[in-house]
Amino acid sequence: MKPRPATGRRLANGVVSVFATLSAILGMVILAWIIFVVVRRGLGAFNLAFFTQLPTPPGMEGGGLVNAIIGTLVMTLLATLVAVPLGLMAGVYLAEFGQGSRLADNTRFSANVLMGMPSIIIGVFAYALVVVPMGRFSGYAGIAALAIIMLPIAARTAEDMLRLVPNTLREAALALGASRWRITLSVVFRAAKAGLITGILLAVARVSGETAPLLFTALNSPYMMNSLGQPTPNLTVTIFNYAVSPYPDWQQKAWGASLLITGGVLALTLLTRYILRERKT
Amino acid sequence: MKSLLGTLTLPSMAADSSQADAPAKTSTASRGDLKIRARQVQFFYGEHQALFDNNLEIARNRVTAIIGPSGCGKSTHIRVYNRIYELYGDQRASGEVLLDGENILSPGCDLMELRRKVGMIFQKPTPFPMSIIDNVAYGLKMHFRLNRGELMDRAEEALTRAALWDEVKDDLHRPGTALSGGQQQRLCLARVLAMEPGVLLMDEPTSAIDPIATAKIEELIHTLKSTYTIVIVTHNMQQAARVSDYTAFFWQGRIYESGPTQKIFTNPSHQKTQDYITGRFG
Repeated sequence: MKPRPATGRRLANGVVSVFATLSAILGMVILAWIIFVVVRRGLGAFNLAFFTQLPTPPGMEGGGLVNAIIGTLVMTLLATLVAVPLGLMAGVYLAEFGQGSRLADNTRFSANVLMGMPSIIIGVFAYALVVVPMGRFSGYAGIAALAIIMLPIAARTAEDMLRLVPNTLREAALALGASRWRITLSVVFRAAKAGLITGILLAVARVSGETAPLLFTALNSPYMMNSLGQPTPNLTVTIFNYAVSPYPDWQQKAWGASLLITGGVLALTLLTRYILRERKT
Repeated sequence: MKSLLGTLTLPSMAADSSQADAPAKTSTASRGDLKIRARQVQFFYGEHQALFDNNLEIARNRVTAIIGPSGCGKSTHIRVYNRIYELYGDQRASGEVLLDGENILSPGCDLMELRRKVGMIFQKPTPFPMSIIDNVAYGLKMHFRLNRGELMDRAEEALTRAALWDEVKDDLHRPGTALSGGQQQRLCLARVLAMEPGVLLMDEPTSAIDPIATAKIEELIHTLKSTYTIVIVTHNMQQAARVSDYTAFFWQGRIYESGPTQKIFTNPSHQKTQDYITGRFG
């Protein structure tokens, strides 16, 4: 028997690896491009007033977005405080207690579906759930929408991270007489700590850039927020409003706000990478 | 020591002549000084039965080695002794395992207390992601009410008995995971010894560590057996011969033969045992 010539094989191998490499580079190029444009156009908006003053009326120069920055920070923080404990406990159930049960399977499936749900639908849902009964747009509604988006992400990441903890560790703790909840809290959480923190940060990064769910819930406001029961200023809806406005100063501020959010998300992502690397060494 | 063992009698060894290859009712020690007695133990992974009619007697303050080819049920058997298999919902055991005369498979058995009395060392060292001292204190804190001084005393004693104290006494607050493999295994041993168990189950305790560390563990087994009843699962025939007083040979979920190590290794009653020991399979 004559062996098949290697030329065809080599050619196919070469073609595939070239295309795979190009695709990988394309992804990087697009990210670099976005960051480059946002930095170039947004950096000009940054000055002391941008971070310390309230927005000016339409058409007037100057002012800043301090209210939107605070609003976004407050809503993201409170949504995190609501969603992370719930998500973490759900993840514990999926990974530790509900192994193979129907409830766990259904929960996991629901979480996966919820994660793929367009965020505008979550916004409409929060609108029906909070805005309609309250009779007005509010920060609470915004927090509800963001928390709903975070919940499945937190639950699934927590589950994945807890599953990475080898069973031998659970067995060792069990063999010492520890109960299931104690094993989870004192051994499994510790072993999965870096992964859990990473998951939380990624969930925060994900919602901090959401616009659609806030359009129907927190809306926006040009004033300083004094209660979450009112329409609450935030960066993403501000970007949406300012970017389509006819005023060059507002457009400039929209770029500035974009840079702020992009930078924040980038910083969170880099932080997670740093934490994961720390764990490995 | 071996000559002393030779004088022990084996009541049920001779009675096995009717079927050449059938599992025999086996006994490893004379009555009275038994720590564990397993009777008709069956074990299931879901629908799959892994252990069949296991009868085994474990002598107090002796080392019993469990040998047999991979997948024959050795580990499964000792995992019944502390009911650790219950971590997994689909695994169950039936029969009787008497520990000091009390059936640990009965529903009323206090699992926490059982696991304090029956410690276990695993194939891979399993230090918890915490400091050396917290590792040793982990079980202690759960089972005993101790003030800080007592806790430190007990921890030091346990680390000393596990021959690790001198190596770690100056940095007890280093993470347990930073130790070498052999040290980690001795740390796990200290963690178990701290709870003052009567029984030590060792599931291939040296298969993941280097020969020098292995020698240390074997040495430890020799000193520990004056105070503990030790059951060791091993793939290493020389190790079984070196450290154990009694040996049980498992084959396909059944106990084919058990008795004094010397007899099993020099004059086994079963062809299967002989084949395995001489390396014809396994």
